[in-house]
Amino acid sequence: MNRQMMKGNEAIAEAAVQAGCRYYFGYPITPQSEIPEYMSRRLPEVGGVFLQAESEIAAINMVYGAAGTGARAMTSSSSPGISLKQEGISYIAGSELPCVIVNIVRGGPGLGSIQPAQSDYYQATRGGGHGDYRLPVYAPASVQEAVNLTQKAFDTADKYRTPAMILGDGIIGQMMEPVTMPEYVRPEVDKSWAATGWNASMKRDRAIINSLFIEADRLEVHLAKLEKKYRAIEQNELMVETQFLEDAEFAIVAYGTTARIALTAIRNARAEGIKVGLIRPITLWPFPTQTISDAAKRVKGLLTVEMSLGQMVDDVRIAANGACPVKFYGRSGGVVPGVREIYQQIVSMKEELA
Amino acid sequence: MSKQTVYERPSFLTDVPFHYCPGCTHGIVHRLVAEVLSEKFQQEDVIGVAPVGCAVFAYNYFNCDMFEAAHGRAPAVATGIKRSLPEKIVFTYQGDGDLASIGMAETVHAATRGENITIIFINNGIYGMTGGQMAPTTLIGEKTTTSPYGRSKEVNGNPIHVCEMLATLNGPSFIARVSVHDVQNVRNAKRAIAKAFDNQAEKKGFSLIEVLSTCPTNWGKTPEEALKFVAKDMVAEYPLGTFKEV
Repeated sequence: MNRQMMKGNEAIAEAAVQAGCRYYFGYPITPQSEIPEYMSRRLPEVGGVFLQAESEIAAINMVYGAAGTGARAMTSSSSPGISLKQEGISYIAGSELPCVIVNIVRGGPGLGSIQPAQSDYYQATRGGGHGDYRLPVYAPASVQEAVNLTQKAFDTADKYRTPAMILGDGIIGQMMEPVTMPEYVRPEVDKSWAATGWNASMKRDRAIINSLFIEADRLEVHLAKLEKKYRAIEQNELMVETQFLEDAEFAIVAYGTTARIALTAIRNARAEGIKVGLIRPITLWPFPTQTISDAAKRVKGLLTVEMSLGQMVDDVRIAANGACPVKFYGRSGGVVPGVREIYQQIVSMKEELA
Repeated sequence: MSKQTVYERPSFLTDVPFHYCPGCTHGIVHRLVAEVLSEKFQQEDVIGVAPVGCAVFAYNYFNCDMFEAAHGRAPAVATGIKRSLPEKIVFTYQGDGDLASIGMAETVHAATRGENITIIFINNGIYGMTGGQMAPTTLIGEKTTTSPYGRSKEVNGNPIHVCEMLATLNGPSFIARVSVHDVQNVRNAKRAIAKAFDNQAEKKGFSLIEVLSTCPTNWGKTPEEALKFVAKDMVAEYPLGTFKEV
């Protein structure tokens, strides 16, 4: 496909279709409603199913059903709706079903605002729902990256039998940028675990898609299996980008839209002779702890910038483990930090720590 | 003298013994569903969805591919399955707390969409698995562990009539309430369940069979008293019959 201008939400939806997603279940909420709208047009063209559910809760449980049959299935929402989906995400993780959940984050708590935010970091990276589980979380910083990561999320979900999340924000969802749809090749994955109809003559066992293990010791065995999978994901699926880090005296840690704004501030600071680098986690879980830990030993200070009151900064502090000071700058409620604000923070950090 | 088989386990039941209490009618309804499925379909044609509640382990008993759904979400899960595999026969088996309380939205919307699935709805007016709490279908005056003075209209509201309510929608093709408190009613129940599955096979859309059932343990009754309670008190509140047939 040629390069074309696409809105983030629509690009995510098209990327999913090209990755073989044929089942979308969702519920309208700003600022992600273009995803269900696009899917309602597009999926019938490719023999897929779009269904507007009666709630986010129903939508994620429809995903549970479709994913349990081995189909590539997806839902999307924004923050308040993602809260409602957490029950289902927990069941999907417990039942080891692959699916993709897109969260185009808006300001919260409660009904919050409809403007872009990054205040669902805790919810996304700490599991969100109840119980001992993790899920891969991808944080795109451009529409093109949202496309690539959406397709990657389907592959990771299938490979590890896990839900995977795209954590965008209102800007990623609403912004138009040039996009090239990749030539997507779907990896071969064994889905003989799926419930597709069984009889005793089949090679596989009867499928029971289930997260209930009533005996504690059996649940512990199941959780150990999940844990092993999570360690493998940490090992194999980490994605992080660094810029200007080699000679950096300071570094900013930021993801998604914020990282792009921070990068401009970093360039401006470098023009003024301040040696600042950028660490941009692309996967928020697994988190680039080692990259940050290594940087913390070399730089004089780390600055975490988020569109929240400070959530990822906890993980940055854990990674830095006291090796250097960790500063935080955030705007919240749907307010996007400007280049100048971040530049000022860099200057302040230099004055304080140089 | 040659032997003749007059009774056997249907192919749709595993040989796992039921965990249900003595006098509970879940066992009867499981068997009826399994008999109907065995008479009409091959095992690979059918996928079931178990609820949360006493029937939570139904996936151990129904001998076909099964899902365990979150509390009340079985109709949504079944929708996802059916949309992905439209040629399969998809059923849910749910209790009153699951279907008529926490899962009411999923139930009503699956019904109004005319989702081509079959729901077996067990109404015994109580939360059995959690130890006998009040259900949306608990009768006025009935004592439970969360209505210890008896269900009061003023405090707790009124019992909900699922069949009557769903029958007002255009989506459903077959809505019926049956009971299993005596042999005649068990036979009627089987006929209704059979029709509900026939409807799905004929792609007529949503079917729901409500089955009035017992819970001797949490009702504090003997199995015999429990059957009499269904026949007299529950049938009075929840009249048997077909509420919608297309």
